[in-house]
Formats: sequence, C-alpha cells, structure tokens
Amino acid sequence: MGAWQSYRLRLQRKRWRIRAFRKRRELRPVARRTDTIRPGAILVFSTFRNEAVRLPHFLGYYREIGVDHFLMVDNDSDDGGREYLASQPDVSLWTTGASYKRARFGVDWLNWLLLKYGHGHWALTVDPDELFVYPFCDTRPVRALTDWLDASSIRSFSAMLLDMYPKGGINDVPYEPGQDPLEIASWFDAGNYSIYRNSRYGNLWIQGGPRMRAFFADEPWRAPALNKIPLVKWDRQYAYVSSTHTLLPRGLNQVYDEWGGEKASGLLLHTKFLSTFGSKAREEIERGQHYAASREYRAYAEGLTDNPDLWCKWSEKYINWRQLEILGLMSKGNWA
Amino acid sequence: MSVGILMLVHTALDRAEQVIRHWNAGGCPVVVHVDRNVARDTYDRFVDALSDLADVHFCKRHRCEWGTWGIVAASLSAAETMLARHPGLGHVYLASGSCLPLRPVRELTAYLDARRATDFIESATTADVPWTVGGLDAERFVLRFPFSWRRHRFLFDRWVEIQRRLRLKRKIPEGIVPHMGSQWWCLTRRTLEAILTDPNRAEHDAYFRRVWIPDESYFQTLARHHSTRIESRSLTLSKFDFQGKPHIFYDDHLQLLRRSDCFVARKIWPHADRLYAAFLDPSEQAMKGAEPNPGKIDRIFAKAVERRTRGRPGLYMQSRHPHDGWGNGFTSAPYSVFEGFEELFVGFEGWLARLTGGRVHGHLFGPEGAEFVGRQPTYAGALSSHPAIRDYNADRFLTSLIWNTRGERQMFQFGPRDSQMISWNLARDANAQISVISGAWAVPLFQAGGDFGALRTEAARLQKIESEHLKHLRSPHAKARIRIWTMAEFLEAPMEGLQAIIDEIAGARRLKRLTEAPKMVDLTGFGQFLQNLKNQGMHPYLMGDFPVDGAPAREDKPLRKPYLVR
Repeated sequence: MGAWQSYRLRLQRKRWRIRAFRKRRELRPVARRTDTIRPGAILVFSTFRNEAVRLPHFLGYYREIGVDHFLMVDNDSDDGGREYLASQPDVSLWTTGASYKRARFGVDWLNWLLLKYGHGHWALTVDPDELFVYPFCDTRPVRALTDWLDASSIRSFSAMLLDMYPKGGINDVPYEPGQDPLEIASWFDAGNYSIYRNSRYGNLWIQGGPRMRAFFADEPWRAPALNKIPLVKWDRQYAYVSSTHTLLPRGLNQVYDEWGGEKASGLLLHTKFLSTFGSKAREEIERGQHYAASREYRAYAEGLTDNPDLWCKWSEKYINWRQLEILGLMSKGNWA
Repeated sequence: MSVGILMLVHTALDRAEQVIRHWNAGGCPVVVHVDRNVARDTYDRFVDALSDLADVHFCKRHRCEWGTWGIVAASLSAAETMLARHPGLGHVYLASGSCLPLRPVRELTAYLDARRATDFIESATTADVPWTVGGLDAERFVLRFPFSWRRHRFLFDRWVEIQRRLRLKRKIPEGIVPHMGSQWWCLTRRTLEAILTDPNRAEHDAYFRRVWIPDESYFQTLARHHSTRIESRSLTLSKFDFQGKPHIFYDDHLQLLRRSDCFVARKIWPHADRLYAAFLDPSEQAMKGAEPNPGKIDRIFAKAVERRTRGRPGLYMQSRHPHDGWGNGFTSAPYSVFEGFEELFVGFEGWLARLTGGRVHGHLFGPEGAEFVGRQPTYAGALSSHPAIRDYNADRFLTSLIWNTRGERQMFQFGPRDSQMISWNLARDANAQISVISGAWAVPLFQAGGDFGALRTEAARLQKIESEHLKHLRSPHAKARIRIWTMAEFLEAPMEGLQAIIDEIAGARRLKRLTEAPKMVDLTGFGQFLQNLKNQGMHPYLMGDFPVDGAPAREDKPLRKPYLVR
C-alpha cells in the first residue's frame, strides 16, 4: 500500500473520531457509573432499542464470562429496558432520541464511548442479540483470553457472526425474558460461507449462512457481512469504520493468517431469529433506520409472510465451542 | 540434605507468596528476588507479608528486562544469598513466581537426594540444536547487543546487520564453550559454588553481560565448565510456542499436569484458582515416585504450534485465509471430476456411485444450479444449490464442499456448459482427479437435433470453452491427476479408461474388477453429424477422428456386455 493511501486512511480515521466527538452531545447520561471502572477492567459496549426481553440474559451471559462493566446506549426504547439497565450496578447507561442511521447505525456513539472510556481496556463491542464464544470459554474466563492476547502482543480478536435459528417457524416457540435464546435458536449453517479480502482495509469480507440462502439467493452480494472484530485492546486513536466489521488503523483488521496457519478466533452467536423478530422487522421497516434502507429487514419481512423455516436437513445443532472449532468456524490458533 | 529455592518474582505477588509458603512448609529455604520495576511500597508489603517465615530471605534487587543481563544478575545475587545462609544444601533450584510445584516437596527432595552429584540443567551447543526463534544462535555469543530487542527492534536489527557485514566479532573467553538451554535449572551446591567462586568470574560476567539472552546461556555454559555430571534436561516443565513465549497453564490442564509427573510447571495463569488450590494442598498425595513424563503435554502444545503455523489444509475461515498457493493445498481431501462421461454413458452417476460407494453429484457448476446428489436444494454444511450463490464465490463453494464432507470422497461432472470460474483452480489442485473425454459435449447436441444453425453456434461455443479448459489442464502449473482422451480414443477401449480411474479412486482398497459396464448411448449417425458441422465451416476437432459412416469400429459390437480388461 502506498504512502498516499495510507495517508487517506489516516484522514478517514480522524474524520470518524471527530464525528464521534461531535455526536457525543446526542448522548444523555441516565446512569453513569464509569468511576467504578478499574484499570484493566474488561468492558462491553453496546447500543440497543427495545430489547428489554433480551437484556437479562445478555447481562447474565457476559457477567458469567467475566465482563466487569457495561457501557450501553439506549436509542429511545419504550419497553422498560432503559429503566431495567439503569438499576444495574455494573451498567453505565446513556440514552438518545437522535437518528440511529445518522449516527452511522450507532457506530459514532460507540466510537465516542470507546474513545472516552475504552482507552487501555479490552473492549468487547456487541449487540444484545450476540453471544461471544471463544476457545475454552466453558473453562476459562474472558480474562484468560485477554491476558493471553496481551502476552502475544495481539491487539484485536476476530469473531465471525454465526446466525442461529430454530427448527420450525420462527414464531413457533415464544422467547421468555431471561431464557437462554440458544435453547430455541440452536441451529446453524456449518459450511456455506463466502470469503473475500478487502484490499482497502485489509479485512476479510464474509457472507453466507441462512440469511444468504433464504433471503438473498438472487443477489448474494447484498447479503449482510458476517466478519466482525468485536474484541479490541482499545486505544483512543482507534475507530470502528462500519459496525464492528472494519477498524482503523488497518493493522487491527489483520486477524487472519495468510500463509496457511490459523490465528485464534471466536464467534458471535447471533440469536436474532426468535419469536421477537417479526414485530422487530415491521417496526424497523417503518423507521427506515437500518443499513441500506432496511433492505435486510424488508427481505425478511417478505420472507416471513410465508413463515420461512430457516432450518434445512443439513443444519447443524449447536453443542459447544469445540464443535465449532472442529467444523472450522473458529480456531484455537496456538492457544492451548 | 535439602534443596534451596531461588525465586524470581515480578508480578502476581500474591501467587508467589502462596508458593513460597508451600516451599517453606516443605522444609525448603527460599531466597526471593523481586524485580526492581516493582514499586517500593508494593515490595515492602510483600516482604512484610512473608516476615513470619524463618527461612525466607530477600536478596539485592535488579531490573529485569527480557533477554538482558538483569535476570542473570538476579539469579547470581539470590544464589549468593542462599549459599551464604545455607551452606549445607544439597541442591539449589531456580524457579519463577509463576512456577507451581506439582508434586509434594518431599518427593522432590527424595528424588534429588538419590542423585546428589547430578546437575539438572538443559545445556546444548548452538551448533547442534536449531532451537532459537529469530535465527540468532551462534551469533548471540559473538556479536554485541547494545539496543533492546523489545523496545528498539529496528536499531537492534540494523546493528546486527552492520556487525555481520563488517565481520565484527567478540572474543569468547578462554575455556568457555557456549551452551544454551532452558533458563530454569537445579544445580548441586557444589557446582553452583564453583560458578560463583570461579577466579575468572569477573571476566565471565563481563563477557555474558553483553551476550544476547544470557539467562539461557550463562549457567548452561558455566555448568559444563564445572560440573562432573550433567543431566541435560530441566526439572521444570516449560513449553514454548513458535514465538518463543511460554505456554500458559489453566484450570482445565489440571488432569494433564497431574499425570505429567513433573516436579514444577511454568507458567501458571495467576487466576487459575483450581490449579493453585489443588497443587498447593498440603494433604496432596504422593504421585508414585515416577520419573517426569510430560509426553502428553508436549503433544498438545506441539499441535497448537502446528495449528498456528500450518493450519488445517483446505480450510478457509475468518482467521485462516492463505494467499494463493500458500495453504498447503487448495482443498482438504481428494475428489474426482468427470468430464464427458455422463454424455457418453446412460445413468453414469448411478453406476459410479454403486461401484465406488462415494458421493456422485451431477454438474455441480451447471447453469441451472448445483446438481447435488439426489438433486437436493442444499447439501453438506447447508451449501445452497442456487447458481447465483454458487457463482458469487465458486472457489469457496468447492473448498467448502470438500471440507464439509471430510471422510467421504466427492465426485462430480463437469463440462463446457458449466460455469468455468473454477477451471484454473481445479487444474492446480493436487487433490483433484480429473478425467476428460474431450468433445463428448457434442453428443447431447447430436441427440437433441433441431435447428442446425443453432446447434452449430452452440457447438462452436462449447468447443471454444473446452479448449480453453484443456489449456489449463495442460499447463505446466497443473498439479491435478489428469487424464485426457479424445472421444474417438476413449471409444476404442472404454473399459480400460474406466478401470484406470476406478482403481485410482479405490487406491489401496483395490476394489473389484469392473463387472458391470455402464450403458453407452447410441452413436449411430454421430460421424455424419460431425461431418455436417464441418460442412458448415465449424471444425469439431476435440473429439478426435470419427469415420463419417457409422460410428468407430467398436460401435458394432454390443457394448452392453461387460468388456473385461483382465
């Protein structure tokens, strides 16, 4: 890569940081407990809208693996989720009524919080419907992973989005607050992913899974990206470019080996396809606040009218991370 | 006789304290060196916390940076303190704060008592063992390293380069033969004393002070000089990964560590509560007086290094995306590609499946979509048969299919009507077995009949595509096992060709001789069809020479009956 392109990416990174700085005024603190964040704490950053039903399990899951503090942005929820979070001792909460879309789908808000509170910490940026799975997550807390990454001089850790879905119609089994969503959405696609390398940012562009085969068969290039880099030893110079798919500086996107070896990686189990999904899709289409004019949600809504069953004969049922490792969806790398 | 412990500590002081108490309770005197980088008040608290123990002492503090003299200086200071205070020791054991004793202390003392004159120190000459990461082995003893490898890598590398170019070399002190090995040793008091009181020690120290990573060579070299009996191995279980940093042990390694029968393990994750609780438990039962046997742990860590450096061939995923040609193979397992067979034989897929027991697909790259076996809409790994999805990334479609079906041979049909994106990678894939009957694409045209102008155009198109594909197969870069017959050639002895392919698929299993021949389509008039194409100015050359009248000679015989090669 030439010096010129290097310089342009640098300018771009500064632009995103300035933008995040400007957008900070859209955030109004509801419960700020950031003074309880101790050096070395592991932080979760998340933005959400009307996810009250998922939040209890979300917090429970990440507390269990050893996250110390949650920094959350509420985008105008009216289902009680904000009040619930405000009462949690390890959550700092901001709220905003501003446009999700104009905050580049929440990235500007999170970039600001990361800049302000994430510096020097391991930061995990996930949505409320994403569960982070990493090698040995059933026996080792996430701090074991971050300590190992620190010792190995690795600054960013990849975790591809793995879409989980139930067997049968999405609405067949209602999801209850606090319930493990994987009890219902326990199936996934094991090996139908397209991977391209993005030469500009140096990251991989991964698409596929049930969404591509069910909703984007005619236009596969429009299928949502699944590559994500959610866990980063944050520095105030860093910025997420689009969701957690891409980071700057671009060295942070180098989470894959190019000479045949495997780097360590995890997965984000994406439990979007639950009974809550239909109403969510309808609401989001009306608001038009999602990526590419809610194209994703529209495709789903159209599919949902026929009550799609994402399950197929070749779907794989989730057991544990070792199964995902053997299937080649994630890797232990040289962590043993 | 007993063993004295030298412990180098720099972080996780609470864990170090636990281990020190354990050693002490086992009757071992301990001398602790705390890195000078640890803050004064933290240090004071640490000393205070241990002040109730009689035989625990603290030595002069040095600044320890990785790969520098500081660590050796620390070990020397600690050793001096130890020998001054406990002159009657049998052995002295060097450990770090993140080392954990795996067997009761009395077992270690008993083991050492039985080997009073033996020094346990890994020590090998640089010429014999290419261990080192980064390539500096012999050179670490003859070059100078004024710049920190950690903090000033650029200067470090440049300075090494300059010295190489100018052939600058330091003189190695007389009587010294450089040896290297694990930093963690257990020496007899006698050997250690000899090293410390060597009349040339000042000279040795001055020399090693400028050697790179002296903690892996100072004692290792000088022990060779003074010892009467060296066991070149470390009693501390310590494994290194491909970057030269130690592997870390966690709670889930408990059983593995128990069964290793090693005395001490390094490095333990400070938050591994279960390990500390289990191994520091004073009621811990004696193992069985066995020799250390870290074989299983060795294998696990060796595998981890292999996964990181070589990976799983044929796998493409978020953290493994090899450059073209760097993946140790395009696909993960052998598979077969048949071109022109389905056109020539009726029910070829079923025949092949019956014979080989493998998975036989139709045209995976066909224009209407992937024809999976049984014409399913999805296949292993939930691969979609949709043509747009397949063609969006044809390479990953094929590699995913082969990866998803590991342990089961895949076979599929291919031809000029299919999407050709995969053609070049097929040819270069050593796992591919490609069998081609060139020109057989003309048979369906011949059977279809109809508008001859359209047929002629289609024939010209297919011939062009296939000849391009054959060019790939004949390229010097092609690595697949490739067989190409013209149609005329193949028809002269069809069973021979089939037998060769089937034998190769069966490999060592060497299955049955072909008893059931596939049924060939009726080719009466095919020669005339080709002649008609020629008459229209389109020369079909890929099928070889066909007589105009009737089919080649073989056609007269009834091909339904098996033609047995042997």
